[in-house]
Amino acid sequence: MIHFVLLISRQGKVRLTKWYSPYSQKERTKVIRELSGLILARGPKLCNFVEWRGYKVVYRRYASLYFCMCIDADDNELEILEIIHHFVEILDRYFGSVCELDLIFNFHKAYYILDEILIAGELQESSKKTVARLIAAQDSLVEAAKEQASSVSNMIAQVTK
Amino acid sequence: MNPFSSGTRLRDMIRAIRACKTAAEERAVVRKECAAIRSAISEHDQDYRHRNIAKLMFIHMLGYPTHFGQMECLKLIASAGFPEKRIGYLGLMLLLDERQEVLMLVTNSLKQDLNHTNQYIVGLALCALGNICSAEMASDLAAEVERLLLTKDPNIKKKAALCSIRIIRKVPDLAENFLSPAASLLKEKHHGVLIAGIQLCTDLCKVSADANKHLRKNCTEGLIRILKDVSNSSYAPEYDIAGITDPFLHIRVLRLMRMLGQGDADTSEYMNDILAQIASKTESNKNAGNAILYECVETIMGIEATSGLRVLAINILGRFLSNRDNNIRYVALNMLMKAIAVDSQAVQRHRTTILECVKDSDASIRKRALELVFLLVNDTNAKPLTKELIDYLEVSDQDFKGDLTAKICSIIEKFSQEKKWYIDQMLKVLSLAGSYVKDDVWHALIVAISNAPDLQGYSVRSLYKAFRTSFEQVSLVRVVVWCIGEYGEMLVGNVGVLEVEEPLTVTESDTVDVLEACLTGHSADITTRSMSLIALLKLSSRFPPTSERIKEIITEHKGSIVLELQQRAIEFNSIIQRHDNIKSSLVERMPVLDESAYMVKKANSSQENIVAVKSSQMSLAGTSVTLPNGVAKPPAAPLVDLLDLSSDDALVPTSTSKDFLHDLLGIDLTNSSSSGFSIAPSGGTDILMDLLSIGTPVQSDISPETVSSNQGFAPTTKPTPTTVQVLDLLDVLPSNGSVAGDQSPLYPSITAFQSSTLKIMFSFKKHPEKPQVTEIHATFMNLSSDSYTDFVFQAAVPKFIQLHLDPASSNHLPANGNGTITQTVTVTNSQHGQKPLAMRIRMVYKVDNQEKLEQGQINNFPPGL
Repeated sequence: MIHFVLLISRQGKVRLTKWYSPYSQKERTKVIRELSGLILARGPKLCNFVEWRGYKVVYRRYASLYFCMCIDADDNELEILEIIHHFVEILDRYFGSVCELDLIFNFHKAYYILDEILIAGELQESSKKTVARLIAAQDSLVEAAKEQASSVSNMIAQVTK
Repeated sequence: MNPFSSGTRLRDMIRAIRACKTAAEERAVVRKECAAIRSAISEHDQDYRHRNIAKLMFIHMLGYPTHFGQMECLKLIASAGFPEKRIGYLGLMLLLDERQEVLMLVTNSLKQDLNHTNQYIVGLALCALGNICSAEMASDLAAEVERLLLTKDPNIKKKAALCSIRIIRKVPDLAENFLSPAASLLKEKHHGVLIAGIQLCTDLCKVSADANKHLRKNCTEGLIRILKDVSNSSYAPEYDIAGITDPFLHIRVLRLMRMLGQGDADTSEYMNDILAQIASKTESNKNAGNAILYECVETIMGIEATSGLRVLAINILGRFLSNRDNNIRYVALNMLMKAIAVDSQAVQRHRTTILECVKDSDASIRKRALELVFLLVNDTNAKPLTKELIDYLEVSDQDFKGDLTAKICSIIEKFSQEKKWYIDQMLKVLSLAGSYVKDDVWHALIVAISNAPDLQGYSVRSLYKAFRTSFEQVSLVRVVVWCIGEYGEMLVGNVGVLEVEEPLTVTESDTVDVLEACLTGHSADITTRSMSLIALLKLSSRFPPTSERIKEIITEHKGSIVLELQQRAIEFNSIIQRHDNIKSSLVERMPVLDESAYMVKKANSSQENIVAVKSSQMSLAGTSVTLPNGVAKPPAAPLVDLLDLSSDDALVPTSTSKDFLHDLLGIDLTNSSSSGFSIAPSGGTDILMDLLSIGTPVQSDISPETVSSNQGFAPTTKPTPTTVQVLDLLDVLPSNGSVAGDQSPLYPSITAFQSSTLKIMFSFKKHPEKPQVTEIHATFMNLSSDSYTDFVFQAAVPKFIQLHLDPASSNHLPANGNGTITQTVTVTNSQHGQKPLAMRIRMVYKVDNQEKLEQGQINNFPPGL
């Protein structure tokens, strides 16, 4: 089971956090501080796993961002690497060559995508196409609602004129 | 409408925050935004609610408190539109965790959304429920989720399946409700639903043995077919990763197969072919393939696989271990630890490679490898492996030394067959990484050396040599100090030289040099320095020529600002200066430490702590009471109060016999037969309570002095010469002799008791400055023709008198008055001048092993006592 997902920039700034196990706000801050110290300090050639508090943290660096997932000691580390890559590829397709700034300004979109990939700390969908389709469908729902709202308000504005 | 909240869009806020150059600037921007959001909340602003929550989420990620936005999330979730709900659920998952009470308020909205006609709204609710639901919510909404497992839409189905996982993790009792819908999910074609369904089945197996049985019976075949189909499928672009179709599905099926095959030979047999196919045909040049192989190996290890299949698995791990990719090597080490239980011989074959991994530059790999090596050690390879590890200890990273040292030490302790090897290896570890060695390890070494008389000389010489090169290793220094203190003369005199040793010439002053360096070295801590002082004291007696120098060193520390050192220095100085005659016996070598007892103690050290607390309470209650007159009272033994000393005629037994308990029982017996004493056994009362019962109502009417005397009513079974001696050494007490000198007997001696068999004479002494106190010298004489053994004199006095019995000179009374026993009794009459002394006495002794008892009352004390 994945206990939490963290996206940390090389400067140690948090870009995304998702907690599937109960951690209080205080613990979350502590965990983030501890892990960014541990992971950012590791050299490039070393393995992608860090043992931490009886768990394992699998991380992978993409440009300036570290994608980290914390799993149980007996989970499959290599598979988690694939899940991270799966997530990154979907982000990449959605944003079109994703960069850190996309994830900063559209952080909520990154969360929506993650929610289509993982639920309860388990993998939900192995097809990138399906995830993209589901996200697109929901985005268009939002767009439709917006348009409707603006047209209604237009009407009201015209009426009140 | 709030002018502030409408002012900045989310994008603008993020830009403003990113533009901040200092943390203070950032805080200011965030504070302003938070203030705007708060006022928007209090004005019930609806138009920008979702924007405010989005902002709050960003602020939350930066680490600022955002609890004030939690209710807004609930409002968004309760609103009708999809965009509001979408952001509301996201905020709920991010800003709240399952332990917050607010979460319960969302249950109703969730229930409505789970029944919504729009599949995406149902999806949002399922996702939120799956990510943060608490046990209560799980129970409340399980029925809805169960129903959703049976819908047509794959998107809802897979989300409901994962949501069910969360529910049964929170409330395992609900597992059976999900069993049959979960099993039917395995027949699906959609990969997302399959993956979620298989995962749900795996979790069901974890919480319920019945579920495991059911799935084993009904689903094994289906699972194998799924695995066959996916591994044999032709190129499927939607699921393809590095030429493999859906490795995620592979891995999940393999994991569930492991749960089902565990402990069931038939099912395992059934899986044999497909596992062999996966293990041998999967491409291993990409991570995805290796992830499948890794999972496959774990399944083979987990089920009752054939030996051929296991060989295949171990070979895969061997290939992994020699892979250049660190990730692959890491998982290989990880899996080999599990493989040891299955086939330790096969793992032993890779020992050299594993040992190399201990020396890897990657901390994660090193740690795994070290754990594995530790499991690989056995009697035959312990020596070479220890040597390898110790060699590596010298060059290893500082961060790693702690772990490595601990493991080496436990290997040495566990596998040492001969003492010399043990001592040699410990010495190496101590000199290389003495600062990392735990206390119990070097304590154990000292115990071992103490128990090896023929190696003590060798040990102290080796330690001396090691010290010269590694004086900065704390634990080493302590062992050196202790051993020089105990076996210093073996070092100087080259006692017990082994054949392998090189000759070593050490002078007496060299040893003192070592100790002085330890004592004054700037890095030495209090423990080491205290130990050094003791060792110096010991040497001063063993090496008389150095005693003058040692005295100087000790004198220097009399002014130490560390209390412990100062006290030791002053005490030791006093011993050296004034008590040279007893010094050598005081600083004799330690008795051999009990090795087996130490091992037991070490094992029970956790319990030990509790006992230590208790015994310290005991000794606190029982410490000697020094009365105002300067007489040290021996500690009151805890059992004394069982006899209820608060009774009027308190009985004070005294005995020179060692068997204290026997005495107590004896008293009890005789008392029950005699009518004069009322002894109420304080049955059931806590001993400790009794000891501390100074202020209990029973005794509240007694004057403090008498009370303390009650405490002092101790059966002085064992003389306490040590206490007296130590006090004496420190010149706390005025010398008894001098007091006795200017003291003249003012009172005539009396015959206190006389029968046909026994005569007791009392003579009296009084200190002029303390009229209440009388020192009585009792002389016992045997008038019969048989000698008495186990002679015990007991006395009881009224409450207003305080009584103290010193040990008797002997417990053997020769026949026919050919010898006497003397005993000093000190009485303090608190009502001196008003009431005369009175005393009841009892003598217990044995004639030809026959118990005899005599008792009487003394009323003929001279007046004025």
